[in-house]
Amino acid sequence: MHLNELTAHELLNLLKQKKTSAEAISQAIFSRIEKADKKIKAFVRVHKDTNKDNKEIPSSSLPIPIAIKDNLCIKDMETTCCSKILEGFRPPYDATVIKKLKESGAVIIGQTNMDEFAFGSSTENSCYGPTHNPWNLDCVPGGSSGGSAASVAAHETIWALGSDTGGSIRQPASFCGVVGVKPTYGRVSRYGLIAFASSLDQIGPLTKDVTDAALLLKIIAGHDANDSTSVNVPVPDYTKSLINDCQGLKIGIPKEFFIEGLDNEVKDAIAAAIEVLKKKGALIKEISLPHTEYSVATYYIVATAEASSNLARYTGVQYGLRRQPAAKRKTSLVDMYEETRGEGFGSEAKRRIMLGTYALSSGYYDAYYLRGQKVRTLIKNDFDKAFNEVDAILTPTSPTTAFGIGEKANNPLSMYLSDVYTISVNLAGLPALSLPCGFSKTEMPIGLQIITKPFAEEMMFRLAYTYEQNTAWHKQKVSL
Amino acid sequence: MITPKDVQYIAGLARIHLNDAETEHFTKDLEAILGYIGKLQKLDVSKMEPTSHALPLKNVYRKDEIKPSLSQEEALRIAVAKQNGSFKVPQVIE
Repeated sequence: MHLNELTAHELLNLLKQKKTSAEAISQAIFSRIEKADKKIKAFVRVHKDTNKDNKEIPSSSLPIPIAIKDNLCIKDMETTCCSKILEGFRPPYDATVIKKLKESGAVIIGQTNMDEFAFGSSTENSCYGPTHNPWNLDCVPGGSSGGSAASVAAHETIWALGSDTGGSIRQPASFCGVVGVKPTYGRVSRYGLIAFASSLDQIGPLTKDVTDAALLLKIIAGHDANDSTSVNVPVPDYTKSLINDCQGLKIGIPKEFFIEGLDNEVKDAIAAAIEVLKKKGALIKEISLPHTEYSVATYYIVATAEASSNLARYTGVQYGLRRQPAAKRKTSLVDMYEETRGEGFGSEAKRRIMLGTYALSSGYYDAYYLRGQKVRTLIKNDFDKAFNEVDAILTPTSPTTAFGIGEKANNPLSMYLSDVYTISVNLAGLPALSLPCGFSKTEMPIGLQIITKPFAEEMMFRLAYTYEQNTAWHKQKVSL
Repeated sequence: MITPKDVQYIAGLARIHLNDAETEHFTKDLEAILGYIGKLQKLDVSKMEPTSHALPLKNVYRKDEIKPSLSQEEALRIAVAKQNGSFKVPQVIE
């Protein structure tokens, strides 16, 4: 087995026993990237020299290679959200999670591909072109953290960070057969995460197994004075939740998630997963989340409205791209804005900005944005009510396995509807984890989602670990 | 019913220049998406409070004390255009 195929916890053991070195691990990783990434295109920038900057590595160091989604600010490293409008942008500061990783001795090996500004569910909206699913190169890796998910699945990195606003960590994790976690809103600082929707965004781990996810979340979580939406709640040692037992735990299965549009193979895999947990003592109960059918519509008002506001800063005034219309003799500031944004943003970005602008505009604000926020309350209340009866909610992560590259490109609405199982979780601010629970007949990964109460990541990890330790999906490797 | 004129108006608010082909394309897209979003009109939200944030955090303040921040030089290092310690832009006032 090559070093790059191991998990972080396995490598840490080897390092402790002095059976390997940080250099050997990095070398295995870069060698793999060179061989495989021409086909997968998970990385937009590879950094072979970053570990040379780490002057003082503490003894509690975790010198494990990590890949970072291209929307996290790394000081002086070009960070573009895979958008032309941020071409050449070099952040003058590190995101808090990057600072924490550097302090832990992490080796930042590269930045990964994503849908531009996290607008997408397939990583096809990147200005650099799509990433390919390592299980089938003609399929999407999911999105928007597709590069991060693919790099972990292909063993081009040991672990990775992504961001999740409507499912952008969990859905690619599901499509690529890896573990993905969206923490409770406020659990991880968003300082330095280039914002999409400020009330929904969270940064989280993409890893090869549940143990690694617990380890990585422990490093990045915590209150931050620079993010006033981060919560001052102590970070537990999530590795202590890795218990292979769920005796007496109540798991809710929402009936509204098992309707037309759910692939039969996915449905069967979830049913089998439920049996595994039942055998380990879980009590299964059917629950109802009655406003599920309104979640995609709510999200595409609320999230796009917030996005239109957050992306208003990209004007060509300060950083990144600046364009002036060629035809005019004398250009005004507004012409510069319009030309820069017209050329700098891809079509999905424009679509979402315009949707959001419309929803917030005079005459439509009440009917769209305000109404959307009220429906958000209904959705949140559904979950609060459900958590009075159960400890966790179990669902498929996605209605299907990874679709083909180009398959949904001309139908934005169909693309949006593929987020139906993950989206309401962000609206309610809850923690959720996706892990592999099977493969389709065409050998594409299927993902299982576990949702728990705010700040109940320990429960989420315990259930996920129990399921994982009683199955072997996470041990299957891509043939590429 | 969204018209190309509506799309041009919204693009204007959003400060995005669209060519004719884009305007036509986005008219179709927005029509379809807004049509789908219309299902929210079915719900009775008369007694609901809006949720702008999932967490019950309010008024997170810090003391009004000056702390270290980015220097002007650091902030301008990657500026598109700069002059006299400022970002340089096209003329604003006629």
